[in-house]
Amino acid sequence: MPKVTVDGQEIEVPEGATVLQACELAGKEIPRFCYHERLSIAGNCRMCLVEVKPGPPKPQASCALPATDGQEIRTDTPMVKTAREGVMEFLLINHPLDCPICDQGGECDLQDQSVAYGRGATRYTMNKRAVTEKYMGPLIKTIMTRCIHCTRCVRFSEEIAGVDEIGAVGRGEDMQITTYLEQAAEHELSANVIDLCPVGALTSRPYAFEARPWELKKTLSIDVSDAVGANIRLDSRGREVMRALPRINDDVNEEWISDKARYQVDGLSRRRLDKVFMRKRGKLQEATWDEVFKAITKAKPGNDIAAIAGDMVDCETMFAAKALLKACGSTLIEGRQTGMDYDVSSLAAVNFNSTFAGIETADAILIVGSHIRWEAPLINVRIRKAVKRGAKVFVIGAFWDTTYPAVFLGDDLSALGDLPDEVADVFDSAERPAIIMGGAALAQGALGAGLRFADQFKLVRDGWNGFNVLHFSAARMGGLMLGYAQKGGIKDIVEAKPKVVISLGADEMDFEPFADALKVYIGHHGDKGAHAADIILPGASYAEKDGTYVNTEGRVQFAEKAVFAPGDAREDWTILRALADALKVDVGFDSFAQLQSAMIADVPALGEEGLADLGVLPKANAKAKAEGAISTYPIRDFYLTNPIARASEVMQRCSVELLHGGELAEAAE
Amino acid sequence: MLADKDRIFTNLYGFQDWGLKSAQQRGDWDDTKSLIARGHDHIIEEMKASGLRGRGGAGFPTGLKWSFMPKESKDGRPSFLVINADESEPGSCKDREIIRHDPHKLIEGALVSGYAMRARAAYIYIRGEYIREAETLQVAIDEAYAAGLIGKNASKSGYDFDVFLHRGAGAYICGEETAMIESLEGKKGQPRLKPPFPAGAGLYGCPTTVNNVESIAVVPTILRRGASWFASFGRENNKGTKLFQISGHVNKPCVVEEALSIPFSELIEKHCGGITGGKDNLLAVIPGGSSVPLVPAEQIWDAPMDFDGLKDLGSGLGTAGIIVMDKSTDIVRAISRISYFYKHESCGQCTPCREGTGWMWRMMERLRAGDAAIEEIDMLQQVTKQVEGHTICALGDAAAWPIQGLIRHFRPELERRIEEHNTKFVETAA
Repeated sequence: MPKVTVDGQEIEVPEGATVLQACELAGKEIPRFCYHERLSIAGNCRMCLVEVKPGPPKPQASCALPATDGQEIRTDTPMVKTAREGVMEFLLINHPLDCPICDQGGECDLQDQSVAYGRGATRYTMNKRAVTEKYMGPLIKTIMTRCIHCTRCVRFSEEIAGVDEIGAVGRGEDMQITTYLEQAAEHELSANVIDLCPVGALTSRPYAFEARPWELKKTLSIDVSDAVGANIRLDSRGREVMRALPRINDDVNEEWISDKARYQVDGLSRRRLDKVFMRKRGKLQEATWDEVFKAITKAKPGNDIAAIAGDMVDCETMFAAKALLKACGSTLIEGRQTGMDYDVSSLAAVNFNSTFAGIETADAILIVGSHIRWEAPLINVRIRKAVKRGAKVFVIGAFWDTTYPAVFLGDDLSALGDLPDEVADVFDSAERPAIIMGGAALAQGALGAGLRFADQFKLVRDGWNGFNVLHFSAARMGGLMLGYAQKGGIKDIVEAKPKVVISLGADEMDFEPFADALKVYIGHHGDKGAHAADIILPGASYAEKDGTYVNTEGRVQFAEKAVFAPGDAREDWTILRALADALKVDVGFDSFAQLQSAMIADVPALGEEGLADLGVLPKANAKAKAEGAISTYPIRDFYLTNPIARASEVMQRCSVELLHGGELAEAAE
Repeated sequence: MLADKDRIFTNLYGFQDWGLKSAQQRGDWDDTKSLIARGHDHIIEEMKASGLRGRGGAGFPTGLKWSFMPKESKDGRPSFLVINADESEPGSCKDREIIRHDPHKLIEGALVSGYAMRARAAYIYIRGEYIREAETLQVAIDEAYAAGLIGKNASKSGYDFDVFLHRGAGAYICGEETAMIESLEGKKGQPRLKPPFPAGAGLYGCPTTVNNVESIAVVPTILRRGASWFASFGRENNKGTKLFQISGHVNKPCVVEEALSIPFSELIEKHCGGITGGKDNLLAVIPGGSSVPLVPAEQIWDAPMDFDGLKDLGSGLGTAGIIVMDKSTDIVRAISRISYFYKHESCGQCTPCREGTGWMWRMMERLRAGDAAIEEIDMLQQVTKQVEGHTICALGDAAAWPIQGLIRHFRPELERRIEEHNTKFVETAA
C-alpha cells in the first residue's frame, strides 16, 4: 500500500490507485470531465491537473498518474489554480454559454466547475465555433456546439455497450462527436450517454424543455421493465413522472439502466385506466365502485376464485390477492401467464444464483435459450465484462448479436446434455463455470436438463454457484416466493373452472379459456388484459405505490411512491381490501403497514432488503433431458414488452424506427 | 568542415544509384553478421559510448532508450522497433534524402538496432506524401529480403527479423511516437497517455521503441567505425555528425552532413553560399524546424549548432531543419502561418491544444494586421503559457514556442503594427 502526501496530509492508498483517487481519499475535490470510474482513462480534458513531486516541473493529469510511494501531491498551489483556470477558459471559449436554454442547466458539470474553478470573466472576444447537430436517434438529442470532447460517450459505446456506434471524426478544433453517417444509436443502453455527458451536448430528446432539475421531486424506485430490478430515481413534477434516472448500485445496475427503463415513463400518462368499467351488453361501460362490487358478489364465487399476477406487480399486491383468496378458501394463484409449468419446489433452481456481480467473474458461460441483450441488457453488460476478463461464452438458441465473442451451438436443445467435446473440455477445466437458462429454455421444459448440466460440471462449488435462471418479469421471483405457481401452470387454473378470475395486471396471457368466468382486471393500462375483462378496477402503476420487488437474483428491493394514480385509480391493495369487504371475508389487514407485516410473516425473506436465502440447489434428475429447438425468443420487440412501454409514444417510436426501420406515423389532429 | 571520409551518408545527393549493389559498394551490408555477432548488450553499450542523441528532435540518448527494452519476454509478448519516417515538420527534409538515396542504410540499421533491442520486427511508418520515397524504400526492402539480408536468418546471423513499411495518411501528429503507434494499429492518430511508456506497452501492447530514421540509419556506420570515431565530432554531450537542412533566405539551400556544434556562420558560409543580401540582411533563424522558438540574427550568428548551444539561446536543435529569414520577411506573418499549421494539425484530443491553437492563430492573425490592443500581446503570451506543459503530447508546446519566441524578440515590431493600425483607424474615422 503506497503512502502519499496530499496537501501535507499523509494517507495510505490501495495498490493501483491513481493520484486522483488518492486525492479523493484525502477528501480533496478534483475537478474532472473526461474521467469516469467505469470507463477507461482518457486524460484528455486536462481539468484534473495537480502538482506531483517527484516529477517534471509541470502540472500532471491526476486521473492517469499512478499513485506511488512517497509522492507529494499538491492540489492547492498557485500552479494548480492557474492550470485549472486555464483549462476552464479553453473549454469555455468555444462553448456557447447558452445555459438558459440548455436542458443540462442545473445539473451541468461545466456550469458547476466553471463557478468553482474558472476565472470571473472571458478574455476571448472572437467568434465561437459552431457545430451542426448530429442525428443520434429518437432518444438522444444533440447540440454539438456544446460538446467539450471528453469522449465519455465514445468510450461508453465501445467499452460498456460493446458497439462502435459513437466516435469522433475530424481533428483539432474541427473534431466532432457523431454516429457513423449519423445513423441512430441503436443499442438498448444508448441513452446512458446522456447521463455521462458532462455538458448539454447529449440530452434527452423526449425530455427536451420539459422541466428543470430543481423543480422535480426525486423518489427512489425500482425499475419493473425487466427482472433485473435496476435501481432508479423517478423525477416527478406535480402528478406526472417526468423522467427516470439510474441510481448507483454496484450489485445490480452499476450506474446504467436500459432505454426501456428510462423512457417508458411517458407511458404512465397514456392509455391509463382512471375509471371503473363494467361490461354491459357486451360493451365496457363506465360504472361505479359499488356497482361492480355488487356484480362480483352476485357472481357468488365462494372458493371458485382465482388470481393471476401480471409481470409488473409488487409483492404487496400479490400478497393481498393471495390473502383474499385464502379467506375465500382458494389457492388458485399463478403468475406465469404464458403457461410455463417448470418445477418450483426449490426456488434456488429458478434463481440467478451467481448474482449479477458474480457472473462477471465466471470463466465459462453457457447461455441456453436467452436473448440476454433484450431480456436483461444490464446482465449482458456483465457478461461482456466477464468475456473481457477471458471468459468463454457459448449459446444454445437462435442467433442474436451478443456484442462479445460467443460460440453459437445451434438451436437444438439436446446439445445441453450432449455438448461437443471441445466445449465440454472448456467447462471441465473452468474454475467458475456457469449456465444461464432463459425463458425460452424453461418453456421447453429444459430446467431439469439444466440442473443435470450443473451436476455434471459441478457448477456449485466452494464460494461459487454457477446455476442461473434468467427471468424477465419484474414480478416473477416475488410471485414464486409468494406461491404464485401451480404444478401444471395456468392449465391447472383453467381446469379448476373458477367463477371469478382476478387479473392483477396480467396483460400477456390468453383469457379465452376463461370465457365462462367473471374476469376482474385490476391494473393501470388499457391493454390486452383490460380488453378481455368484464370488470375493470383502475389500479396504480409502479410509480404510484410503495412496493417490494424481488429481482431475478433473489434480491428484495423496495420502491417508493412517486406520484398519485390518476382519476379514480387506487393503490391495488386497497381495491383488494375493499373487495374482501364486498365478499364478506376477513383478510386480516386494514393498512399498508399491517399488510406488509402479514406478508413478512408469511414469507420472512420479503422483509429484508438484499439477497434472499433460497436454499441450496436440488439434486438433478439423472434422466432429465432437453428436447426441441429454440428458434425464437419470447421477446419479439424489445421496446414493447409491457403495457406501460406499449402505451409510451417514445417506446413506440423506438420500436418503429430502431427495430423496424420505419417512421412513426403521427396521428392527424 | 567535415571531411568527406567522415561522412556517413555518402550518397546523400543521389549521385550514385540507391540500389542494393551500389549500396554494398559504398559499404552497406558489409559483414552485418559480425555486427550482430557482437551481441545485444555490446551494441547498446557501443551506442551509449558514441553519445548519439535521438535525431528526431527531442535529443534523447539513443543507447539509453534501447536499454529500457526488456531483456527477455516474461509473458511471450514480442518486442517491436518502430521507425519514424513521418517527417512532417516544416523545415525538415533529411529523412526524405536518406530514403531516396540511401535506403539500405536505414534497413541495415533497422536490423542491427532491432537485434540490439531484441525486437521481432521493424515497422517503418513513412509519411503519406512521400509517395516515390515509399516506393523506393519498398523496393529496397524487397531487395534486402531477396538477398537474405533480412527475414528468416537475417544476414545469416541466425536472427529472424522482418521489416514492414506502413504509409501514413498525412497527419502531422502521427509523427508523435504514441500517436504513430495508434495509427499503426489502425486507430485514429492520437497520442497516448504516458505512462505506460512504449518500452513497456507500445505497439499492440508490446514493448516498443520508436526511433527516427536518421538515428537508425547511422547505427551500422557507428558500429563499424567505432563509438570513439563518432564521439570525436562535436562538443561534450552533443557528439557526432548530423544532417542539417537549411532552407529559406540563403543563396544555396541544402541538406548537408556536418559535425554537431558547427557554428551557424560556418554552416551558412561554407555550405549555403551565405545569406541572401549578406550577413547584415539576416533577420532571424528558426534553427530546428517550425516547433522551436526563433533566434534573432545577432544571437544566432556565432552560436554552435547543437542541442545544448541552442537550448542556451532559448531555442532548440529539433530536427536541425534551419529556416533562415532575411529582412524581407514579414516575421509576424511567418509565425502566424506556423500557428495556422499547428491549429490545423492539432489532433483535438486534449483541451488546451484543441482550443488554444485556434485562439493563438486567430490572435496572431490580428497581430499581423495590428488589429489588437497592446495588452493583448501579454494575453497571448499568457495563453501560450496556458497551453505549454498542459497537454498530453508535445504538440501543444510546439505550438506555443514559436509565438513565445516572437514575443520575446520582436515585441517592438508587434507594438509598432498595433500603433500604426490604430493611427490609421483614427485618421479614417476623422
